[in-house]
Amino acid sequence: MSLLEVDDVVVQFGGVTAVDHASFTAEAGQVTGLIGPNGAGKTTCFNVISGLQRPTQGHVRLDGRDITRMPVHRRSKRGMGRTFQRLEAFGSLTVRENVQVALDIHRGLAGRLRTVGRPARRQRADIDALLERVGVAAYADDRADSVPTGAARLLELARCLAAEPTLLLLDEPSSGLDETETDDFGDLLRELAAEGTAIVMVEHDMDLVMGVCDTIRVLDFGEVIAIGDPAAIRSDPRVQQAYLGYSDETAPADGVDETPTTVLEVTR
Amino acid sequence: METFLALAIPGLFTGAAYAIAASGLVLTYTTTRVFNIAHGAFGMVLSFVFWDLSVRQGWDPLLALVVVILVIAPLIGFVVQRLITRGLGNAPVSVSLVVTVGMFVGLVGLAQQRWPEDRVEVDAPRFVEPFWLTFADGDGVPGWQIGGTTITGHQLITILASIAVAAALYLLLTRTRIGTAMRASVDNPDLLRLFGGKPDDAAALAWMIGMSLAALTGILMVSVVGLSYVDLTLLVVNAYAAALVGRLKSLPMTFVGAMVIGVVEALVAGYSVDNELLATIKPAVVPLVLFVVIVAMPQAQLRIGQVKGMVSAPVPTVPRMGVSAGAVLLVTAMVVATGSEVTLLRLGTAATFAIVMLSLVLLTGYGGHVSLAQLTFAGVGALAYAKLGEPNLLGLGVAVLVAAAVGALVALPVLRLTGLYLALATLAFAVVMEKIVFKNDTIGFGTGGAVEAQRLSILGYRFESTGSYVFVMVALFLLVGVAVLLVRRGVVGRMLIAMRDSPAACGTLGLDLRWFRVGLFAASAGIAGLAGALLAGLRGVIGDTDFVFFNSLPLLLLAVVFGITSVTGATLGGIGLMLLPVLQAESVGGVPLGGVMFMVIGLGAVLAGRDPNGLSSYLFRGGRWVEQRLRTRLSASLPQLPPAGADDVHEDAEEPVAAPARVEVGPGVPARG
Amino acid sequence: MSVPILEVCDLTAAYGRIEVLRGVDLTVPRGAVVALLGPNGAGKSTLVQCISGQKEPTGGDIHLAGVNVRRAAPEDLARVGLCTVPEGRSVFPNLTVEENLQLMSYAGVPAAAVFETAYTYFPRLAERRKQLAGTMSGGEQQMLAMSRALASDPALLLLDELSMGLAPLIVEELYDTVARIAETGVSILCIEQFARTALRVSDYAAVMVGGRVVATGEPDEVLESMSDVILGGAA
Repeated sequence: MSLLEVDDVVVQFGGVTAVDHASFTAEAGQVTGLIGPNGAGKTTCFNVISGLQRPTQGHVRLDGRDITRMPVHRRSKRGMGRTFQRLEAFGSLTVRENVQVALDIHRGLAGRLRTVGRPARRQRADIDALLERVGVAAYADDRADSVPTGAARLLELARCLAAEPTLLLLDEPSSGLDETETDDFGDLLRELAAEGTAIVMVEHDMDLVMGVCDTIRVLDFGEVIAIGDPAAIRSDPRVQQAYLGYSDETAPADGVDETPTTVLEVTR
Repeated sequence: METFLALAIPGLFTGAAYAIAASGLVLTYTTTRVFNIAHGAFGMVLSFVFWDLSVRQGWDPLLALVVVILVIAPLIGFVVQRLITRGLGNAPVSVSLVVTVGMFVGLVGLAQQRWPEDRVEVDAPRFVEPFWLTFADGDGVPGWQIGGTTITGHQLITILASIAVAAALYLLLTRTRIGTAMRASVDNPDLLRLFGGKPDDAAALAWMIGMSLAALTGILMVSVVGLSYVDLTLLVVNAYAAALVGRLKSLPMTFVGAMVIGVVEALVAGYSVDNELLATIKPAVVPLVLFVVIVAMPQAQLRIGQVKGMVSAPVPTVPRMGVSAGAVLLVTAMVVATGSEVTLLRLGTAATFAIVMLSLVLLTGYGGHVSLAQLTFAGVGALAYAKLGEPNLLGLGVAVLVAAAVGALVALPVLRLTGLYLALATLAFAVVMEKIVFKNDTIGFGTGGAVEAQRLSILGYRFESTGSYVFVMVALFLLVGVAVLLVRRGVVGRMLIAMRDSPAACGTLGLDLRWFRVGLFAASAGIAGLAGALLAGLRGVIGDTDFVFFNSLPLLLLAVVFGITSVTGATLGGIGLMLLPVLQAESVGGVPLGGVMFMVIGLGAVLAGRDPNGLSSYLFRGGRWVEQRLRTRLSASLPQLPPAGADDVHEDAEEPVAAPARVEVGPGVPARG
Repeated sequence: MSVPILEVCDLTAAYGRIEVLRGVDLTVPRGAVVALLGPNGAGKSTLVQCISGQKEPTGGDIHLAGVNVRRAAPEDLARVGLCTVPEGRSVFPNLTVEENLQLMSYAGVPAAAVFETAYTYFPRLAERRKQLAGTMSGGEQQMLAMSRALASDPALLLLDELSMGLAPLIVEELYDTVARIAETGVSILCIEQFARTALRVSDYAAVMVGGRVVATGEPDEVLESMSDVILGGAA
């Protein structure tokens, strides 16, 4: 049984269908990439899974249990954590306080009482270790609305991790990160997966997606059009079309890897 | 059936007047996202202007009518949009609402200054005659007989005016380009600009029309209600209710809502003659309707991508809190030792207001919710304390708990809602409490309007003298202030700020926002209740006039102006609010101090639109500036000071900003000497 | 050679401390269709916002027909003939089709003429003139949005991600319309993630990566390098 099952989910806004009968799963210990062109309905899918958006139709199951109508906060208690494409960091708190809040919420009042005698220093050390792990320790004392976008995204990840999630939903986590940071971030994702966390990631950086994902699902026009491992996805003509559009002479799929990179070299 | 009609038909006419007011409100809100709490206050002032022109200056009423509605009102609307409310639509409700509350308070103050109640003018009787008095039917009876009731010419004009307004608005919004642009700017002002339209012009037009409609309502109602600052202003509560029936966007539903409200009000008034229950709720029918309509509003989804972090006032370190609290106590002790009874009572009042403002620091400053009922919660606390007759810590505690419970009860049905709707629900609640519960003989202040209360005794010691009692009040204020600051520094405070910054993230992290919100409301109401209970003990006799809903607005306003995010702001705000009526009576060199005070408040409200930390933030900034200057001067004069000292400090100091200053001054002072 | 209709010189822009445009140079010759391609987050939409006056650049210049418009307001630019169709559904969802069209007359063409053009090009819109725009399908909404470009006869047309969230077939139809507009001599700057589709109708192409234009050239040359930019290099 898969940890997360999205089953035939439809979301309509007015007359526009944002998600069209999408079905996919995510497994514990695996990184699942959710890719597709802009406006394909990826973020809406995430909103449905995390409970911020009620689907018009369909079901979401976590660990075998139907959570389609479960309130947002209860999903977190069942091990779900997510980050946001448009940042939702607590801007007037410091980076460290952001994680502290997550920890406080996770532990709840009861947990809070249990840790009363515990030295604050040790809790602080836990938090700092978390910040270190995602790579934002340098910003620990800065206000969250003053750190670069990339760092704020990593901070959101740290916040999720404080709640020890079994399922992580990451919405474009790498935008705003530079090349080295992206590499480190990929390593972190692999580490988390190795620890047993299920990760679903909406992402545009294909190097990252191809590098870390076990499975990739391609969403286009609200519909899952392809599923497979990175190599299969890369050579799938439907994916080529979804990303590059049709052309009259429908370009051969295998031509992709052979293309010269002359223009690209200008970039670095 | 006949009586039913006879009772209901007059309701249609008041309903028509409400409809005009409500459609103006809806128009400005939908076009600019600013809910104009002061809509009724503008109507009140403009009907005073009409009276002034037509009665005092002797203008022809028709000319005065045209000038007020078509010239003065639109002009004011334009100026208000351009100078005050422009760009406010994107601000959090706690800011935009407070700015209109500022206008509300300012306008009522202005009317009281310009047209004082006690000024007797022989040539200018203080009333406005109904229009078309000469209208009569064939028998010479003024008015028409319909369904067993008489319809006056004025009523006919009212209903015709409302039909004309409805038709004109419909044509404007659907048949003209600027009207379409007004609706488009609700959808997406940025896109409208790409089309070549000017959302700012649409907003200005909406405010101009809204202001004209406010004036029209006021002038139509002034002959019915009378030239009363409060009654004319509060007519707008009926308009709020009608506007909310239309969900703040549908004009047809708003008209229907207004008519229903007018009729219901008239029916309740008619049947209350021989029905006790109806007689009880009669004074507050409309607020009750308003509350019910708000409760029935559909749940808003958690919004993503909202306002982000705000600049918060600095949270002082514990030693700093101690020093400040000590200083306040010292000043209080000095006042207690030397002040007259009047001064002491004033200080006690200031402490009361300051404690209520602390409840707002928690609720609005940290939590981002607006309440317009804080004085009402204080009234609940006062009632509980007085009725219980236990003038000790137990009684005080029970009073706080009762107020907190009432706060939770208000929040419960509306906890799904946020922002504007929550604020309006508190407003409706406050009016209901004032008109029904506070008047009740058993649980309220009674028809006499006052109950007796005793001064507090703590652990057997009774603080009988006013001086000692005021000292206790200030001490309790400081205690609550420190508690609020400790909450801010602690786990709950962080959650509050987090919830204000991003409710969606809090939800996905596992926080049940609704119950947290109820708890917050209860805590805030409890603090307000404490203030009320203390005031009851101070006065000895306490009544519903001490907690009128109307005064919650200046209270909120001053809290914001002086800084709703800090205890310092609450302290200054409490003193300011206490001084307001005192200064109003006095003048220096012919300049009425009340006017000056209103100007300061007005300026503060406008500034609050930019810096939510209020005037006290300038104080903090000044303090930091001085500190910095001092620090640089000290370190410049002590170049030989080893840097090791600074390193030591960082380890045990929690506040890196404040700590170095403290330490460098330490070794620096003797070195200079 | 006449002055180019759009000339962007060394343009920089930032969100807070984060630089999004780092010196963009771009020229759209009169009457030409230029496709601007690039991966997500390259700064394409920010560039459109700067050109259309919605976002103030931190440096550099924007010349529209030789006039520096760096500080012009979007509504003024729209009234002198810059037609911007922004990302997403660029119609007013709570207005009817007809009311949407009515607002297009701000660009200087009488409403009646706008109606006529729109209904001639897209008969489907005529059938739905009383329907709320938000209740139409995504493709129909984009037709409505394109009506503004068609009817207002702009000096320069800025199209941002016309295809977003639309089925490929509908995207093709929309680009047929773009081609038709281009035939009337309108200059177009067209931002698109579907490189092949956009290049089909364009005379030149530019590639933007990391806040800079890194390549310009003929559509064919650019296309070859595009799949790497968008689908990632050899992993």
